[in-house]
Formats: sequence, structure tokens, C-alpha cells
Amino acid sequence: MQRIRSLLIPGIDKTLLVKDATKLMPDLTRRRFLSAGASFGALTMLTGCNVVDSDTAEDLLKHVSKFNDAVQAAIFNPDTLAPTYPESAITRPFPFNAYYSLEEAPDVDGDNYRFEVSGLVDNKKAWTLKELHALPQVTQITRHICVEGWSAIGSWTGTPLRDFLKLIGADTRAKYCWFRCAEGYTSPIDMPTALHPQTQMTFKFANEILPRAYGYPMKIRIPTKLGFKNPKYVVSMEVTNDYKGGYWEDQGYNSFSGS
Amino acid sequence: MLAATPEVANGDGQITRVPRLVIHPLWVRLQHWINAVAMIVMIMSGWQIYNASPLFDFVFPRSITLGGWLGGALLWHFAAMWLLAVNGLIYLLLGVATGRFRRKLLPISVSGVLGDTKAALTGHLSHGDLSTYNQVQRLLYAGVILAGIVVVLSGLSIWKPVQFQWLTAIFGGYDIARYVHFGAMATIVGFLIVHVLLAVLVPKSLRAMIVGK
Repeated sequence: MQRIRSLLIPGIDKTLLVKDATKLMPDLTRRRFLSAGASFGALTMLTGCNVVDSDTAEDLLKHVSKFNDAVQAAIFNPDTLAPTYPESAITRPFPFNAYYSLEEAPDVDGDNYRFEVSGLVDNKKAWTLKELHALPQVTQITRHICVEGWSAIGSWTGTPLRDFLKLIGADTRAKYCWFRCAEGYTSPIDMPTALHPQTQMTFKFANEILPRAYGYPMKIRIPTKLGFKNPKYVVSMEVTNDYKGGYWEDQGYNSFSGS
Repeated sequence: MLAATPEVANGDGQITRVPRLVIHPLWVRLQHWINAVAMIVMIMSGWQIYNASPLFDFVFPRSITLGGWLGGALLWHFAAMWLLAVNGLIYLLLGVATGRFRRKLLPISVSGVLGDTKAALTGHLSHGDLSTYNQVQRLLYAGVILAGIVVVLSGLSIWKPVQFQWLTAIFGGYDIARYVHFGAMATIVGFLIVHVLLAVLVPKSLRAMIVGK
């Protein structure tokens, strides 16, 4: 796992990074992620202080982002369903998007795959793909909205996460379901969203077994959240009260990122 | 306050002296400058966000964007939105409640706008009385208020296309709402260019927005 991760985490293939993810990736000197060009002169002039280069501004923005998490949690209505679409509306080809190229995407061996469950659950047994596929499944055609702004409509088939959480005896009063993926990607999902009727453990795209591009063998599809909160190549879930961060969340993307 | 008492002609053609009146009350001036800061932060961070997935065949140069990368820009955008929205809401409420909008911005007529545009272009538009807006000003100020409302609502519709899906539907769905949001931004930037240019050409109008008269 660590070896795979070290191969996939940015910094290895710079040219590819630049080509595929310049618009997404922070500066190579990532720490100062709020910095930008000469335009700050204007801001400094307007406010009378150097708001941009100070750690105070960075702290303030992070605090507001946490406040926005709370606001979004309050706005989130567990009964509001994401709009659904007819099959004719499906975007083809559905875009592949990640911080790595498709060739670098995890190539998970389905036969040896185990979905590991841990944390505040009664039954911590690991699930084979065959066992997962035997669970009751539903299909939804919903809009996937990327944090970058673009959107695409896809058809996803799988088991509602809330049914699975009930099945394994998860403590649904816990705050998060924390997902970990084959390449080391992580993302925390708040429990109300995990229990939303459209939040799904997805095994199929457009009625076909998930191709590698879309997260084989399992993706967590959440139409009430931005795309980066829909982890692919999911290998484990921990039900927890602790905020464990996530790949993008740790770099500054808003953690709730609800739609 | 009485230091400058401009002479004005009254109805009988006689010259009388009146004290210079406050053109912009304190609340208008405060809200104007808060809005200026919020708008500039929103626009510059918005350009950086746009660059992550451009709607048109161009991107904004990094030197005029805010945030450094998409994540940083989003932090700025979703922080300044509170300043913009709360300040804007109070401004709209006060503008209606005090009657300022009605007094200052109405009526607007097509003939009036055309006439004042012609006067402005031929150099005959008077800037003697800053307390009364000419027809072009009324159109632009009313228009930019409207654009401000559209930019906030369309922004809300692309931020929460599930929770506020009725609003997203009003703007024609998620993808079209992004164009509406961009168009409202472009309208505001267009206004801003003219606005700043004219404030520089008529410095006493800038003075009025700072000290009030």
C-alpha cells in the first residue's frame, strides 16, 4: 500500500502533474497556498494592511471555512433528494478526473479485494467483492459536480450506504464515516450525509461493473456532495467521532462541500 | 459646514445661499466601501475559480487573480461572500426603507437616458448638483444593484444546486447558472470600469463618497 501510494502521490512525475492537474494542484511550494501575483498590491492598498501574506489571513479563512461547514450542515436537509435524470441525459463519455493520470490509477484485484470496516460498528468483518455484490442494489442517474465547476450526469448502481451501516450495526450517532482508498486517498463524510437515501456504495456505472477509471471495485457516490467527496477505489471505512481529515480537505478544500 | 455655501438659483431667478447638504449619508458611504472590498475579493477569487474549468476560450492571468490556486480562491470566495451578502442585504433594506432608492434612482425613462447619454457624449451633461443623479447614472446604479442581486442568487444556486434546486432551476439548471453567474460578474466589472473612470474624471463625486458632501 505504502509503495503504491508513494508512486501515486504528486511529486513523482512532474510533467504529468503539470499537464493533468495544474488547475487543481497548489503551488509546489504549497504552504503559501493563498499567495498570488501582483494584484495583492490593490488589496493591501484598500485594506491598509498586508492581509494576504500573513498567517492571520490564512487562519481567518480556515476559520470561516469551518463556519461554512456548520452552515452547510444546517442547510443540509436529509429528505431533500438530488434531482434525477433520464438515461438520455447521461454524459458520454463520462470524464475521468483525478490528481493522477488514468494509467496511474489504482488497478485493484477484485478477487483479493476486501472492504474493511472499523470503528464504532458491531460487526467488523471484512467484505469480499462477491459478498458486496450480493447486497440489494438500486440505480440512480444524478449530476456529478466537480469542485472545479464542471458537471456531468452519470448512472450509478449499488447499495445505499445507510442500509449497509444498519447491516453492520454502525453507531449512526457517530460524526463521520471516514473512507480510505487504494491509492491512499482519504475523505471524511458527515453522518447525516452518509445516511442520505441517495448516498451509495457504487459497484456499477451505466449498468456495467465500474471500470478502473470510475473507481473499480467500489466508489462512494454522494450526489449531495462535490465530486472530490465521492471517493473511488474505496478499501476501508471507519465509523468515528474524530475528524481525520482527507486528501483535499487537508490542503484547503472546504470539508463539508455539500451541493 | 457652512464654509462652502454654493450659490443656487431659486424659482424666481434670484440667487440665494444654501449650506452644502450631505449627499451620501454615513451608512451609504460605509456600505459602499465595504461592498467595494467584498466585490473586488469576490471578482478576483472568482476569476481563479473560473480558471479551474473555463466556460470560454480564455483564462484570467494569474497576476489578477486571488487565492493562488483553486482551493485558496474558494476559501477567499466563500469568506467574502458573507461580507458581500450581509452588507448587500442591509443596503437593500435601508435603500427601500429610507426611500433613497425611490428618491435617487426613479424615475428612469428611455428618452431621459438617451437625452442624458447624448448630453454626456457632447460634453453638455452638468455635474453641478451631485445630489441628483442624471438618467444615465440612475440606469447604471439601478442596473448594477440588479446585477449584484443576480450574481449573489446565481452564486447561491451553483453553490447549493441540491438544497436550493428550485433556485438553480430558475437560472436554467446548474450548467446555465454558471453562465448567468459569469454574465452578472462581467456586467459588474463593466460597470466598475465606467464607475471608476468617471469618479476620477469628476473627483468631487469621489470626495462625496468619502466625506459625504
